[in-house]
Amino acid sequence: MNWLAFASIISAAIAVSFGAIGPALGEGRAVAAAMDAIARQPEAANVISRTLFVGLAMIETMAIYCLVIALLLLFANPLLK
Amino acid sequence: MTSPLTSVALFYLGPVPITAGVVTTWVIMAVLVIGGILVSRRLSLVPSKTQAFFELIVDTVDGQIRDTMRLEPTPYRAFVGTLFIFIFVANWSSLIPGVEPPTAHIETDAALALLVFIAVIWFGVRAGGIRGYLSTFASPNPIMIPLNFIESLTRTFSLLVRLFGNVMSGVFVIGIVLSLAGLLVPIPLMALDLLTGAVQAYIFAILAMVFIAGAVGEIKPASNTLSQRRSP
Repeated sequence: MNWLAFASIISAAIAVSFGAIGPALGEGRAVAAAMDAIARQPEAANVISRTLFVGLAMIETMAIYCLVIALLLLFANPLLK
Repeated sequence: MTSPLTSVALFYLGPVPITAGVVTTWVIMAVLVIGGILVSRRLSLVPSKTQAFFELIVDTVDGQIRDTMRLEPTPYRAFVGTLFIFIFVANWSSLIPGVEPPTAHIETDAALALLVFIAVIWFGVRAGGIRGYLSTFASPNPIMIPLNFIESLTRTFSLLVRLFGNVMSGVFVIGIVLSLAGLLVPIPLMALDLLTGAVQAYIFAILAMVFIAGAVGEIKPASNTLSQRRSP
């Protein structure tokens, strides 16, 4: 195994692991805020949870971007061809 | 392990390679079109149970368009509704054994994102003419022209990567867990995948609506301000 493949695998792992930190913190804050809002106004729970799901999916996309970068590094690396 | 970024040709139609995703896409299209024709062929004023169910779907799409775009839903219902229903059915087509959702391949998502990109231009030009649409790029002030131009490209790209990444990662993780753990273990992951698929179809449609409303809504005050404003 050459150094380029080694570096690609390491950086793919780094991309996924560090890319998961930010969205995890963001999702935690979003869920906490939604819980707070539902506790204050239980009658608005329907709208809040629908918006929450959409927001969570948008935040989760950041982690998915990192996953796509990692898969690009592992499967479609232009340097290893 | 096969790469999730490439797709293998199933058979050749002349010189054109046909992949499994293309076949699935055409089957979904045929089912949706034929189902739509069959359902809407005998419409009655007093709806039957089937008609009531499909009217409920159309009504929900209309309500979402009205809530999100703040415009009358009639011109946008066909595009946005078809987009949502196609992506929804495509994401859930993984329920059928042996079928991989076509949205897990990047070319299907690229085609869908390109459709949204063209639809934004189409609806924008139709609402305010070519001059009116181009003037939206200079919307707060002309300094923003390059930024607005880049934004219209990058948001299309992020739409593509978002749908592709979400659906593909679900398929990929299920494949890994299946090869590591065995037969019945990935079932909870598949249930999660169904939720993700539905939410992603919803988000794709919502974002398409937001982009179109951004192009159409900015034109409105410039072209026909008074006649629009006076109506209650």
